[in-house]
Amino acid sequence: MIEQLLFWVFAILACGGAVAVVATHNVVRMAFWLVVSLGSVAALFFLLHADFLGAAQLLIYVGGTVVLLVFGVMLTASGPYNAIPTSPAEGIVGGAVGFLLLFVLVSSIGSVDWTEVSGRLPAVPAAPYLVDMTLAAKADESFVNTGSPRAKAEFAATQQQGRTVRQLGLGFLGLRPDRHLAEGDGKGSASGYFLPFEIVSVHLLVVLIGAAYLARAKRRVVPEGSMNVG
Amino acid sequence: MGDIGLSQYLMVGAVLFVCGVVCMATKRNVIGVLMGVELVLNGSNVNFVAFSRYTPLGLDGQATALFVIVLAAAEAAVALAIALNFYNNHLTIDVDRGNELHG
Repeated sequence: MIEQLLFWVFAILACGGAVAVVATHNVVRMAFWLVVSLGSVAALFFLLHADFLGAAQLLIYVGGTVVLLVFGVMLTASGPYNAIPTSPAEGIVGGAVGFLLLFVLVSSIGSVDWTEVSGRLPAVPAAPYLVDMTLAAKADESFVNTGSPRAKAEFAATQQQGRTVRQLGLGFLGLRPDRHLAEGDGKGSASGYFLPFEIVSVHLLVVLIGAAYLARAKRRVVPEGSMNVG
Repeated sequence: MGDIGLSQYLMVGAVLFVCGVVCMATKRNVIGVLMGVELVLNGSNVNFVAFSRYTPLGLDGQATALFVIVLAAAEAAVALAIALNFYNNHLTIDVDRGNELHG
């Protein structure tokens, strides 16, 4: 019950923050509403038992990206009220297109039976294999009488909900403790994420070097005839 | 207040996505366009995590969402550097002014 209440509170906060980002014209207020929306999305991640992802969302988005955006606002502000208003016609057209797109998306989401669709996925054991040794030991104690391995795995799954840090870390190292590789369909669907992790690491390094190169302090070059632009 | 299922989270993701698209299309400030991109990526992240919770996809959705977060941070850094360069050259941040290549 409390989970439903929290879901509705944070869902309304996330959607309302996103709508307010669109509706306001002042860039600093847009940044504030963006913080509200992103923080609520992080709370939704916690409600979805994705604890590491919620923490990463708070740290990287709310703590990093939004601060970067606010610095961008400060470095490019040309006046105290730095609002570049949208013309009303553009706003009306954009709103109409947005409502149509939202209608299409919501109607298509509502018309799909998601339980049937997820049942059609390749049968992968939803219960994670016992990675956490303490939980495994606890499961052994609890089910020492019944001895049913399936019940043991289910118990570990319920106990392990939300503890995704170790599994994600092992997944980025190329190991998948939550999947049994022999039970896959042979298409490599249960592989780890070692190569994408390395690629994204190098990508991040290249991007940061490039951003520092692009934004470096340099003397402004004013070509002739372009001063009337400002 | 019904049960919270997959479709409720997908609705939240859809609202975030549409708001981001409208923000990208209508804002004339470069920073506003960037905020629209962030909203779109967040809507996709909500979908990824919801699918990883309510379907047997397991941890794949969360791993993909982490990659999306990292790429969004990288994109914000590069786009802000470009915006600063644009401001240095044009003394404005209005995207409608960046029409020098207009034919």
